[in-house]
Amino acid sequence: MPTSYYLVLSFALFLIGTSGVLLRRNALIVLMGIELQLNGGNLALLAFSRQLGDQKGQVLAFLIIALAAAEAAVGLAILVGLFRGRQTVNLDEITLMKR
Amino acid sequence: MSFNLRLIPLLPFLGATILILFGRKWKRDTVLVVAAGAIAGSALVVFDAVFTALPAAGAGGLTDVVGTWFAAGPLKIDLAFRMDGLSSVLCLIITFIGFLIHIYSSGYMEHDPDFPRFFAYLNLFCGSMLVLVLGDSLPVMFIGWEGVGLCSYLLIGFWYQTTANADAGKKAFITNRIGDFGFLIGMFLLFQYTGTLNFQEITAAAAPGGALMQPLWLGQPVAFWAALFLFIGATGKSAQIPLYVWLPDAMAGPTPVSALIHAATMVTAGVYMVTRLHALYLLSPAVMAIVAIIGALTALFAAIIGFAQNDFKKVLAYSTVSQLGFMFAAVGTGNWDAGIFHLFTHAFFKAGLFLCAGSVMHAMSGSGDITIMGALRKKIPWTHGVFVVCWLAICGVPFFSGFFSKDSIISGAFGTEVFGEELAWVAKLVGILLIAAAFGTAFYMSRLYFLVFSGTETRAPQDVQHHIHESPGSMVGPLVVLAIGAAVGGFIGLPGTLLGHADWNWLAEHLAPVVGPELEVSKNTEVIFMAISTALALGGIGLAYVYYGGGYREPARKFAAAAPGFVRLVQDKFRIDELYAFLIIRPLRKLSQAVFLVVDRILIDKVLVEGVGAVVDVFGRIVRGFQVGDGQRYMAVFAIGVAGMVYFATRPTVPSTLAVSVNGTSVDVDARRGGNTSERALEYSFDFNDDGRPEVTGSEPSAHHDYGKPGEYTIRVQVRDPRWGTHSSVKRTVRVPEGVR
Repeated sequence: MPTSYYLVLSFALFLIGTSGVLLRRNALIVLMGIELQLNGGNLALLAFSRQLGDQKGQVLAFLIIALAAAEAAVGLAILVGLFRGRQTVNLDEITLMKR
Repeated sequence: MSFNLRLIPLLPFLGATILILFGRKWKRDTVLVVAAGAIAGSALVVFDAVFTALPAAGAGGLTDVVGTWFAAGPLKIDLAFRMDGLSSVLCLIITFIGFLIHIYSSGYMEHDPDFPRFFAYLNLFCGSMLVLVLGDSLPVMFIGWEGVGLCSYLLIGFWYQTTANADAGKKAFITNRIGDFGFLIGMFLLFQYTGTLNFQEITAAAAPGGALMQPLWLGQPVAFWAALFLFIGATGKSAQIPLYVWLPDAMAGPTPVSALIHAATMVTAGVYMVTRLHALYLLSPAVMAIVAIIGALTALFAAIIGFAQNDFKKVLAYSTVSQLGFMFAAVGTGNWDAGIFHLFTHAFFKAGLFLCAGSVMHAMSGSGDITIMGALRKKIPWTHGVFVVCWLAICGVPFFSGFFSKDSIISGAFGTEVFGEELAWVAKLVGILLIAAAFGTAFYMSRLYFLVFSGTETRAPQDVQHHIHESPGSMVGPLVVLAIGAAVGGFIGLPGTLLGHADWNWLAEHLAPVVGPELEVSKNTEVIFMAISTALALGGIGLAYVYYGGGYREPARKFAAAAPGFVRLVQDKFRIDELYAFLIIRPLRKLSQAVFLVVDRILIDKVLVEGVGAVVDVFGRIVRGFQVGDGQRYMAVFAIGVAGMVYFATRPTVPSTLAVSVNGTSVDVDARRGGNTSERALEYSFDFNDDGRPEVTGSEPSAHHDYGKPGEYTIRVQVRDPRWGTHSSVKRTVRVPEGVR
């Protein structure tokens, strides 16, 4: 299969993730969008790695998976804390950065 | 010969430092011991130097080089001191009278809470004054010159709690700055034309026909201008027309300060400086004439103002201005010995008079108004006795010190030949002015004496009268010593030639190595002017007696009633202060106000300060709209930004250094990017005239074009990615040379 197929899929994943991050108001969904963006990136790395026959892309993808896991843990913890404090995970209602 | 001269100013400086650091916690006696001890130590060193080391030393006197102060290019200034005949006289006056005044002040300032500060300043002053007279070059002298100015300012405004006193201090300081400006310019001129500022070297350079004689401005030689500017400095420090206005106001300071700084020492610095540079002044008869005329005019002018002053110290202040005028008239007529002689005798009798003023004011509960005094003869007998001696001395009554010095000035003015043929009239004019001034001196001093001491009743209110008492011993003691000096001080400068014993004139012999031999005046002139001087003194005293003997008499009242306008004018000091205020201070103030409004208020406040604020404010208002606090919107902006950057960064480009080769009138252009093997299909267009219509287009990155004729052409190469529509272009100017075919 040509690399461009993978790349199209990767771009589609990244785009879906980005729209999730930007358009949805539920913080949990936003986190899931971020996961999708990361995996879109991973897929591109793997595709190039395969095309160029270089293992470095694979290693970088593993690193990103580990990082994504850590990010998810921290992000969820923040969300739990946020929910305890404000009884909501709706991002429209959380504009702490303005004041 | 080398001598440890640095000790002389160092001791008072040490005293001042110690007193400033620790004096406030000490008892008054300790403060006095430190302050007077420092001066006494300094005086002992001076005595040792003057009477033991100096006679043994050669013509160069005693020297002490502490080290190089600074060196810049051809200018090298040593921190060096030199004592010769001239500076030794000044050193004696400063340390001896300085010591007496320290003692006197211990009584006068007894109840003042700022006792240690006062003595610290006094010590600082003495040290600076000693640097001034001992300095071996103009810059070192200038340290002392500014140092005494500072102390004068500090001590005039010593009781700074009263605004008038602080103002008087400022006036003295600012007036002196004007003079110092002249001093500096004179110094620069000297350096520019002689390359040195050392007194010995200036004197050596001041030979006729030397660099100082070349014309500078208005046909006058460098020597004239340098001497004139230095003399402006002297008019400031020594209170001569036109810069004398600060000295009468300086009487706001404590009386011992008036005696030491504003009568005996600091104000004579100008006379000393002119004498020190006598070789320079002698080069230009014109500048000598200016010095002499300014001196004589000041002498007369100040004496006239003195006629109508009703404040004890003000009379003495104008008297000081007048006597300084005598000194300048002396040095201006080349009568250097007489100038220094009068400086010496004046130091004694004027310090004595001022200290008497302090003693009288002490007795009169602080008032110096002579209209309420009278008949103090019996109530304060010691002060009275001292005052009589000093009064007779300043009037020039025979055999008192002032008689000899003033007589040698007046006879010198008529006998001098320093002005040459053309300006010979100057000598006569100066002499006549001085005669009038000497008469005036006798008159106003006698008026002061009669109004204060003679008569039968004191015109003061009863409560003041009850307190009249003689001053304590610490004040009377120095007074008596000064009175002795005022009485016999004239004998150091006896007119030896007249008496047939030239060596009797100790001062002239002492000064001869520095300023040359005494001014020769024929015996007849000498005798005539001695007679005239005596007549003037007695006449002035007599006239004053007619007017004021025993109090205000009928003639005085009649005169005041006959010419009230004139009397008022004299009382108002000819309104010179008002004239200066109108001519100088008011325009200056207006100008400052304008500058304040334009520069400060508008340029700095509005444009710079508020302008910067306004720009930030407007920017803040705009940017505030974007600050919504919603993380998702920030991310959206971020995403758009990144997308834009990617779009921009990935557009196809042509190297800015196009490979262009000219061959005859045809040109080859290669727009390939070196090393970058992009597989993208790109469209290139080559516009060889930059007229918007490309000559060659296609996917080939290189093109060829023949212009057909030489000239300058602009080539524009554009590259476009047909898939995304992104593009960029580069312009190059190419010259097709002529004659290459």
